[in-house]
Amino acid sequence: MVDVLEPQTAAHDDHGHDEHHGPSGIMNWLTSTDHKVIGLNYTVTSIIMLVIGGAFAMLIRAQLTTPNGSVVTLAQYNELFTMHGSVMIYLFAGPFAFGGLANYMVPIQIGAPDMAFPRLNALSYWLYLTGSITMLLGFAVAGGAANFGWVGYAPLSDALNAPGAGADLWIGALLLTGFSAIFTGVNLVATIFYLRAPGMTMFRMPIFTWNMLVTGILILLAFPVLTAGLVMLYADRHFGTHIYDANHGGVPILWQNIFWFWGHPEVYILALPFFGMVTEIIPVFSRKPLFGYKGMVFATIAIAALSTGVWAHHMFTTGTVLLPFFSFMTYLISIPTGIKFFNWIGSMWGGQIRFTAAMLFAIGFLITFLIGGITGIILASPPLDFFTHDTYFVVAHFHSVVMALVIGAMAGLYYWFPKITGRFLNERIGKAQFWFLFLGSTIFTMPGYLLGLKGMPRRMAVYTLHPEWQHLNTLSSVGAWMIGFSTILFVINAVKTTRSPKTAGPNPWDAHTLEWFTTSPPPHHNFYALPNIRSERPTWDYYHPDAPALTHDDHDPSHMPNAAKGATK
Amino acid sequence: MKTEARLLIGLGVFVLIMGIVYGIWSKELSGTVMLIGTGILGIFPGLYYRYWSKRMAGRPEDTDAPVDAGAGFIGSFPGSSIWPFVLGMGCWLMVLALVFGSWLAVIALPTITFALAGATAEGRRGGAASH
Repeated sequence: MVDVLEPQTAAHDDHGHDEHHGPSGIMNWLTSTDHKVIGLNYTVTSIIMLVIGGAFAMLIRAQLTTPNGSVVTLAQYNELFTMHGSVMIYLFAGPFAFGGLANYMVPIQIGAPDMAFPRLNALSYWLYLTGSITMLLGFAVAGGAANFGWVGYAPLSDALNAPGAGADLWIGALLLTGFSAIFTGVNLVATIFYLRAPGMTMFRMPIFTWNMLVTGILILLAFPVLTAGLVMLYADRHFGTHIYDANHGGVPILWQNIFWFWGHPEVYILALPFFGMVTEIIPVFSRKPLFGYKGMVFATIAIAALSTGVWAHHMFTTGTVLLPFFSFMTYLISIPTGIKFFNWIGSMWGGQIRFTAAMLFAIGFLITFLIGGITGIILASPPLDFFTHDTYFVVAHFHSVVMALVIGAMAGLYYWFPKITGRFLNERIGKAQFWFLFLGSTIFTMPGYLLGLKGMPRRMAVYTLHPEWQHLNTLSSVGAWMIGFSTILFVINAVKTTRSPKTAGPNPWDAHTLEWFTTSPPPHHNFYALPNIRSERPTWDYYHPDAPALTHDDHDPSHMPNAAKGATK
Repeated sequence: MKTEARLLIGLGVFVLIMGIVYGIWSKELSGTVMLIGTGILGIFPGLYYRYWSKRMAGRPEDTDAPVDAGAGFIGSFPGSSIWPFVLGMGCWLMVLALVFGSWLAVIALPTITFALAGATAEGRRGGAASH
């Protein structure tokens, strides 16, 4: 147990007082409670899940390339689309953001030595890893993996329609990963509330940290509801209850209400961390302060608040929901999201933009998310939703959203990789990867919108009665394979970089926030020294005393971007 | 601490009002209960923070304090611990028992008990040394 003193303002001494002498190798992996080790474990595991979920997607697209595809059987296809969605949503997008990069970065961004509950943090990772293995075990049991879609709708998920261990493994995996998320939410909120460095007031926190705080609160509001729903589903399957069983007085729609009461906040639990990442990246590579810091904070809080009241827009066609309420609330959520977009554009406006790989990915995120967001607004209109419900239009809409998250994840990785490893990812490979990923995402999703409008339903393995859909499907598959190739480029880049020298230094991007004040990679307990914190850009203020951050009331022209050309110390 | 309290209470009150409006308008029970419950989940800890914010002196992180204002003991952080791993494995076995049979719980429950006892004892001892 280490009693941590607040880092001193004096420079680091060379006596190694801050060096960590814990276990190494596999014992370090098994026993470490350091948030950086756990964050890296989460990041690597979630990227492996991205590759596995992506491989399922490649098989799905191969199957759909021709009208009567025979790459997989119809039963295997059901398992594939279920596990593709489940792996990507439950095991990649969320854990990558709030378990991986947030776990690593949030304590450093607020000047804390670790997460508030380090052992709980380690337990979160083990529950996540075992949950991931549990879900994938479905392919190894008789009857195969879960096959009722990633949303597990009753009665498709009951014991009659989904017998066998695959469905139970799916439920068990979600229980494990759900508790993992809840523990991480507790840790994020407690860390941000209690372990900020002196001077790091709430309205000086980096936007990524703000977004992770709101994400943590949303996790605590949403995940227990899903866990309760899963326990009831398991009880229906094995203990003879009939909670979702219409034949015995149960209510199948209750599952949809519970699932989406978790599921729509979950959309923002997935999206907010990536909003935070690009909000860190855009000002740094535009050489400007963030435009509208407080607006960004309030937009994040507004999105979280509104996200709890829109769940049934996924259920318009059930005929059981209050259409005007959910339609209106869904339209409202576009306002804070729009504020964010204007602020991102405002942060770039007039800046000296550096088109690094991280910045390209951040811009790609904006464009792709905008397409997903606008088509979401279309779907918020009940008449239009009734027309397109369960068609490829919906599939294309949410794939625009989640592909934006994948692009955002790459932005975060390229931005923070030097901090985490001390090494730069190769920029040329990164830019090539960006174009394959960005164009591939667009080519993959755009045909889906058209197919949806032509009436192609989701979750169909063959379309022999509609051979005219083949060209658009083939085009979509080409886009998917471009995305797959971009992932290979990333793996090559990451492996190649492990052999390169550590040349990053503490602040290679001339960035703003506190993680760029410490060494790359940071030492055990993160800091040898801290600067005084007087704005949301303490590292910038330290390196550029001649061009301090704008205060919220300061309109002195000398503080405008062109004044920020001074060399770093 | 005031900002933390305002954030939680603000979110909670918004969701609570939304729940009441939704309940009156829709007369649908499950969503009303979940919204009101969510609102209370925000308000409850928010009131706790508000209570303490009125009774505590300003913390260094809530003011323009210099960095050395935070010097001194700020917490104990275990350098490493095997117990989260053991507890995680116990929980995994427990979930597998739900799928493959309760015989696995015979291994899972003692593992969980052992891990909780070990973690508690480690905490009381002062934890595994990392220096």
